[in-house]
Amino acid sequence: MAKANQQKGINKEMFLARDLFDDKKLKQVPTRNGYGEGLVDAGIANKNIMVLCADLTESTRTQAFKDAFPERFVQMGVSEQSLASIAAGMAISGKVPFISSYAAFSPGRNWEQIRTTVALQNSNVKIAGAHAGLSVGPDGATHQMTEDIAIMRTMPNMTICVPCDYQETKKATLTAAKFKGPFYLRFTREKSPAFTTEATPFKLGRAETFRFGTDVTIFAAGPLLYEALVAAENLSKEHGIEARVINAHSIKPFDVKALITAAKETGAIVTVEEAQVNGGLAGVVAETLTLTTPVPMERVGVQDRFGQSGDPREVQEALGVTAPFIAMAVARVLDRKAGKPVSAIPMHVTAAFELETKMKKQIFEDAIKRAPKKWKR
Amino acid sequence: MPNLTIGPKVRKPLHLHDRELKKLELRAQAMREDLIDMLVEAKSGHSAGPLGMADIYTALYFHIMTHDPKNPDWELRDRLILSCGHTVPIRYVAMAHAGYFPKKYMNTLRKFGSPLQGHPEKEWLPGLETTSGPLGSGSSQAVGMAYTGLLDRKPWRVYCIMSDGELACGQTWEAMLFAGRNNLYNCTFIIDRNNIQIDGTTEEIMPLEPLTQKFESFGMNVLHCAGNSIRDFVETVERAHAVTEKPTVIIADTIPGYGVDFMEYDFSWHGKPPAPGDERNKAMASLRTLGGRIQSEHE
Repeated sequence: MAKANQQKGINKEMFLARDLFDDKKLKQVPTRNGYGEGLVDAGIANKNIMVLCADLTESTRTQAFKDAFPERFVQMGVSEQSLASIAAGMAISGKVPFISSYAAFSPGRNWEQIRTTVALQNSNVKIAGAHAGLSVGPDGATHQMTEDIAIMRTMPNMTICVPCDYQETKKATLTAAKFKGPFYLRFTREKSPAFTTEATPFKLGRAETFRFGTDVTIFAAGPLLYEALVAAENLSKEHGIEARVINAHSIKPFDVKALITAAKETGAIVTVEEAQVNGGLAGVVAETLTLTTPVPMERVGVQDRFGQSGDPREVQEALGVTAPFIAMAVARVLDRKAGKPVSAIPMHVTAAFELETKMKKQIFEDAIKRAPKKWKR
Repeated sequence: MPNLTIGPKVRKPLHLHDRELKKLELRAQAMREDLIDMLVEAKSGHSAGPLGMADIYTALYFHIMTHDPKNPDWELRDRLILSCGHTVPIRYVAMAHAGYFPKKYMNTLRKFGSPLQGHPEKEWLPGLETTSGPLGSGSSQAVGMAYTGLLDRKPWRVYCIMSDGELACGQTWEAMLFAGRNNLYNCTFIIDRNNIQIDGTTEEIMPLEPLTQKFESFGMNVLHCAGNSIRDFVETVERAHAVTEKPTVIIADTIPGYGVDFMEYDFSWHGKPPAPGDERNKAMASLRTLGGRIQSEHE
């Protein structure tokens, strides 16, 4: 076996933040900020970059681009369907349009327009889906887009990237600007750990190993990658389990080689994502594993259900996508790897359901108790 | 041909006596105050639109609509479809006042486990009719209900509240084409014409005017009213009910943030709540006197 395979712990060559596990020192920055900054840099480098926005300039962070290049910014109003096709028309005429909205609306609402006028025509349109995943929090299920990875990855000609933090979103935005062809970039609303640095390698189609391990491999996409690192660190400290953690930002093209290597070397895979496991990153990994190197696999993500209103962290916990649930999934996949019997429904699913039931009652009742007197009559 | 024989069997006349009007106005006032406290507690949510719509919701829930808060699925109820889901807080307040759920639930808006989801979800709260948030699909659903109502010769009416910003959605106009073709006169669209959306004024972002002619060319009967005058709104609805050849669009000119002087006309208040403490108190003080325009009669 090669030397790298036996390594444990954080991969130094990834140049992750120095205060990786220091809650107080590690900076929290929304990934959407990376998109906003990346757009301005891309706009400086290429005069053909355009930004089209559907009445969400500030929250998708396209305001900075608008200020820097007012003539290359197009306000569409609330019309996501023509947003996609107008961008396609511009792309056919030589521009490189980025279309910005919430993922629930674009690609949620304009999927067919993207399919025909962007993907099928192979137009050079970049779709930026902001506010994806559960962490939109209080806005509720209507705005918590969890199906986007699944609906986009079935589309031929589409490239999909799910960056893990602010820096990586910036890099992904610049990569999208240089890339020729349809590109879906998925990012989030809330602040999340800024744990990669400018020096952290980023290449489309390449899954980087953020943590070495030999017992199991966790493939994670998006800000939850940080949760995977936390889970891996705890598993190492508390149970001596060494989990390899891989940044699977490129959903499509997917780094098949990294997956096969991980399957062969660690014999167990766990996927982590803030999206529907059906058809999401879990879909890519399951399909690839079945066709190449079948090994036990577990899926952490949204389990065929919708989200709900609540504080972003509460929603993530209640839907079972945080570090403790990743650890449960790892325990289960290791049991399966060892040939031990496991429960029909995974514990990371049942435990989340129990927590959700408890939280629902508790948070709701607490709020009622605090209701002003005038509402208690 | 539309079925013109349907009579409103369970409907009371809409004529508004001065005494009733006074009561409704006080109700709208109290609802605005509750709205502010609700948003302050939720720490997120939309302020301007809901404040501007308080009078229309008061008129609908407490005077115009035939409905039963204790039986939200009552077959004969009028249907109120909220297309612009983000303004739902004022609908929640109206529903609490009407008795759909205890008032103390207002303290749970947008919290984990609350039936008062950030955007309205029918699976969470009976009486909402539809789930909305992503804009533009309410009018189509209203049209579907109205079509069913005429088809099955039902006496109920459909009211659909839409924002002006969402008129940029193509789907709205697809619904209008259908409503016009099928003469869905049992359907009344109420446009919250407050001229603002998230990024600015509607006429800057994507001009809608001349809006009246747009709707008329789609086969609508278009009426106008002052959206912050309960009497004007009720009378306009009465006129809408009198028309049986076409669906009616009521363009209700509302003032965003109505009643809170520092929010009025300001699009930056579209999507945020007042802060607790000073800002909340200032908003309350402004509401109780309507910026000095009226004398407060309570508290």
